[in-house]
Amino acid sequence: MGFTLAVGTFLQHLINGLTLGAIYGLIAIGYTMVYGIIRMINFAHGEIYMIGAFIAVTTFTLLLGAGVTSVPLALVIVLAISCTFTAAYGWTIERVAYRPLRTAPKLAPFISAIGMSILLQNFVMLTQGARSKSLPPVMTGGITLWHDGDFSLGLTNIQMFIILLTVALMAGFTLVINRTALGRAQRACEQDRTMAALLGINVDRTISLTFVLGAGLAAVAGVMVTLYYGVIDFYIGFLAGMKAFTAAVLGGIGSLPGAMLGGLLIGLIEAFFSGYVSSAYKDVAAFSILILVLVVRPSGLLGRPDIEKV
Amino acid sequence: MAAPIPSPTGPAMPFVHRLREAVIAGLVAMALAVPFLGLRTVNLDQGLVVQANLAYVPLAGAVVFLGRLILGLLAAPLAKAAAPLATWRPPAGAQRLRPWGGPLLVLAAAALPFLPFANRYVIDLGTTALIYILLATGLNITVGLAGLLDLGFAAFYAIGAYTCALTTTQLHWGFWPALAAGGLASSLFAVLLSLPILRLRGDYLAIVTLGFGEITRIVILNWQGLTGGPNGVSGIARPTLFSLTFDRRAPAGGHTFSEVTGIAYAPEHRLIFLYLIILALTALAAYTVARLRRLPIGRAWEALREDEIACRSLGINPTMVKVSAYATGALMGGLAGCFFAARQGFVSPESFGFMESATILAIVVLGGMGSQAGVIIAALFIVVLPELARGFADYRMLAFGLAMILIMIWKPGGLLSGRLPTIRLSNAKPKPVAEAA
Amino acid sequence: MTEPLLDVQGLTMRFGGLLAVDGVDLTAERNRITALIGPNGAGKTTIFNCLTGFYKPTAGRLLLRHPTRGPIELQTLKGYGVARTGVVRTFQNIRLFPSMTVLENLLVAQHQALMPRSVFSLAGLLNLKGWRAAEEAAVDTARDWLRRLDLLAVADEEAGNLSYGMQRRVEIARAMSTNPLLLCLDEPAAGLNPRETRALAELLAGIRAEHGIGILLIEHDMGLVMDISDHIFVVDHGARIAAGTPAEIRNDERVIKAYLGEPDADDAAHAGGDAH
Ligand SMILES: Nc1ncnc2c1ncn2[C@@H]1O[C@H](COP(=O)(O)OP(=O)(O)OP(=O)(O)O)[C@@H](O)[C@H]1O
Ligand SMILES: [Mg+2]
Repeated sequence: MGFTLAVGTFLQHLINGLTLGAIYGLIAIGYTMVYGIIRMINFAHGEIYMIGAFIAVTTFTLLLGAGVTSVPLALVIVLAISCTFTAAYGWTIERVAYRPLRTAPKLAPFISAIGMSILLQNFVMLTQGARSKSLPPVMTGGITLWHDGDFSLGLTNIQMFIILLTVALMAGFTLVINRTALGRAQRACEQDRTMAALLGINVDRTISLTFVLGAGLAAVAGVMVTLYYGVIDFYIGFLAGMKAFTAAVLGGIGSLPGAMLGGLLIGLIEAFFSGYVSSAYKDVAAFSILILVLVVRPSGLLGRPDIEKV
Repeated sequence: MAAPIPSPTGPAMPFVHRLREAVIAGLVAMALAVPFLGLRTVNLDQGLVVQANLAYVPLAGAVVFLGRLILGLLAAPLAKAAAPLATWRPPAGAQRLRPWGGPLLVLAAAALPFLPFANRYVIDLGTTALIYILLATGLNITVGLAGLLDLGFAAFYAIGAYTCALTTTQLHWGFWPALAAGGLASSLFAVLLSLPILRLRGDYLAIVTLGFGEITRIVILNWQGLTGGPNGVSGIARPTLFSLTFDRRAPAGGHTFSEVTGIAYAPEHRLIFLYLIILALTALAAYTVARLRRLPIGRAWEALREDEIACRSLGINPTMVKVSAYATGALMGGLAGCFFAARQGFVSPESFGFMESATILAIVVLGGMGSQAGVIIAALFIVVLPELARGFADYRMLAFGLAMILIMIWKPGGLLSGRLPTIRLSNAKPKPVAEAA
Repeated sequence: MTEPLLDVQGLTMRFGGLLAVDGVDLTAERNRITALIGPNGAGKTTIFNCLTGFYKPTAGRLLLRHPTRGPIELQTLKGYGVARTGVVRTFQNIRLFPSMTVLENLLVAQHQALMPRSVFSLAGLLNLKGWRAAEEAAVDTARDWLRRLDLLAVADEEAGNLSYGMQRRVEIARAMSTNPLLLCLDEPAAGLNPRETRALAELLAGIRAEHGIGILLIEHDMGLVMDISDHIFVVDHGARIAAGTPAEIRNDERVIKAYLGEPDADDAAHAGGDAH
């Protein structure tokens, strides 16, 4: 009985960790793709996710007001609207704040990104207010996998939705990157932008599309977090962005599967560490593992080691 | 096939193109405005409701359209007008005046509190600006000179501050020994932290420093027994002048500044004293960095930034160079932290979050990496600008973020991007024998 | 000259499945220019990288007979340790400190000598007399090398702004400022015009005559190699295929065969021959 309870608790942490990890992983892909193609830490990416979450809240509220009761219909509409507008934000940010700095010293775009992050946070705070926004639960219910006395191991519908959608998106994304002209163009730009341009690849458009795709995934993560927690504020992008960025580096920045793996690991570490050790120190655990991994494997778990050419 | 849009600053762009660009920008702005300016979620008692202010949408579009059009039209003439500025060099005579620039600036700064317009507010602002100059001077060693990106510099600031707070409240040390302890503790911490991670390069190093910064903050936040957790530490010892305090009444067995000097007590005296201390610390730090740049260690820092492999091929141990850069930078961060703690009389973890690290880094980069004058200008900008924008209260951080982006686009290398050589052959004393030959 | 300054035995370097250097033996002596030649990709730069501590050789022994420190096994040292024994190199793709001035580049090279004189930077911070004297001496050393390499006029220019030929010379001046025991040059004549190449030959001959140091030279310009080398080692596909004086190498069948497939190198040899 004690043993089965222990297993049950473990499984519950596992489910929670996977859900969180899926969200981090989706955000991390945006970091990793942008880094892969222009070697830049898009520090404002966390705010993109926050914007996606806000648009989701607004759209949900509008739909509820309009009397839409079908949850799947609402989800589809919210995902579509949030992704579209958030992608427009992603596109604009690259165009305005990063493209003029493409040949600038390495730190210039990074500082511009910090500026963009401050700008977006305050923009949202001014237009939407500083108070947190909470939605009535949109998606309820779930399945109880197992229960024993007071303890029950559950998988909520939201968790199922998050995990399944993430898996589907990952699969679709891997196909896009490996099979389509866009993916090829992206990989070519990663290798050598000048050469890619000479061979007729529209480098500007490829980079723009990378931002658009990254922002779209972040918007999905934003919708998920809105559903999962039901509460958001203008500050959520910062912490989530930092975690997702850590995840991207842990997995090996520039590598798509790495970003997903890193996201999952960070989510699992957080869930298990909060569950078994201390929730106050969960971020310390995540960062410590990152540092340990990097000390042993300086380019992350799945990153290609960069050989020092002499 | 869409024709490539020519660069907006290109001189020969026809007006139609500019118009088209501006229309596109305006349309995009309208789209972006819809979910945030056009629709507002409002918290009411019964839950969220959405209020529509759709009039803002075309307004945003119009502003961006006009802004874009006017900027596009003005870009070429403005660039032309500014061209002489970019190539302007100080006259040859100014070269000789250079060494006097620093001391003169320090003298002018020292006179500030005694000028007629200097009220509490100005002195306080000056003190804050000097703290940031000191912090950025330290970070400039790691990032600007040695080229090691550090996203967690606030950790060293925090360690200095907490060392000061704890030594004065728990061990009852005075401010001055606590200041030394704060600097050294920070430095030591930097050495310990940097040793395992020196193998990492570039962005990996950056994220690890970010991690260390966060770990430090979280540990301070949660180690209630030592640090008081979120409540922080209060009652930190104030600086004294030869054991004279700046209080109204002398502590038991002590004396106050006004008793001994006979100058009537005024609360401003403490502020002025604090200001002068941080000015002296900052001036000393800036002088030290200027000297270090001319010493083997400083040249090795810069050489490491330029090419680590070449450094190794000349027998320079990169590990030592990196550790010394981190330790020296952290020393200054620790001093600044300790001063900060003593000035406030109180510290809490929220002063040392990532935004603090980012702000200090922004000062270094905006100023022009490696440039001390740049650090001063950028620190003044970052501290004073939000204050000037006080009238716009809510909009100041928005303006601040926007300004950071615009400055980077305008001057990607920072405001003062030129590097000054540390030595010139033409100034060095030639060997007498060589002259004869 | 009893024993050579540098004695390399059985040097082997393997990158995964690729055997880049395969049991190479070679020696370098003081007051001699030793050339290391071979077709592109033969493994010459890899030999340098092993010798100067950038790669850890898979096998082999790199013995340096140091006049004061005695015999040193270079392969046991850390990367930067090799340069401290006096084995200093230049790079095939020039590696200067581009935004530092030429003079600063030469002062960085004297880091090892200057560091103790600045007494952990304290003497330097206080600008004590002993430190000032040391710095002046370092500037004098730098000035001498700048003069010899005809770089005095650009001493205060940023190294990265100089022409290619000048940058190559700065790299040599920087290496010589360290007061080396063995100077290893990786294709110093690449990208130089004929006049610059002739000046380089004179310079190397001058260093050989005056400084009592050994020079190890990788070079594709056969004219230069045949002209100034005292001894030549030829490698191909990682293995040493010949060794001898320039006259011997010129007529060595294996060498000719190794180079035959390479019209470029062949041309270079002819062009070099004409330069006499
Ligand atoms: N770090 C490395 N990892 C893998 N292979 C390497 C590495 N360095 C060199 N090689 C391989 O070793 C072989 C020898 O290269 P090396 O650069 O030593 O040739 P080289 O003789 O200097 O040629 P060149 O005359 O063109 O400069 C080449 O096949 C090269 O690709
Ligand atoms: Mg080579």
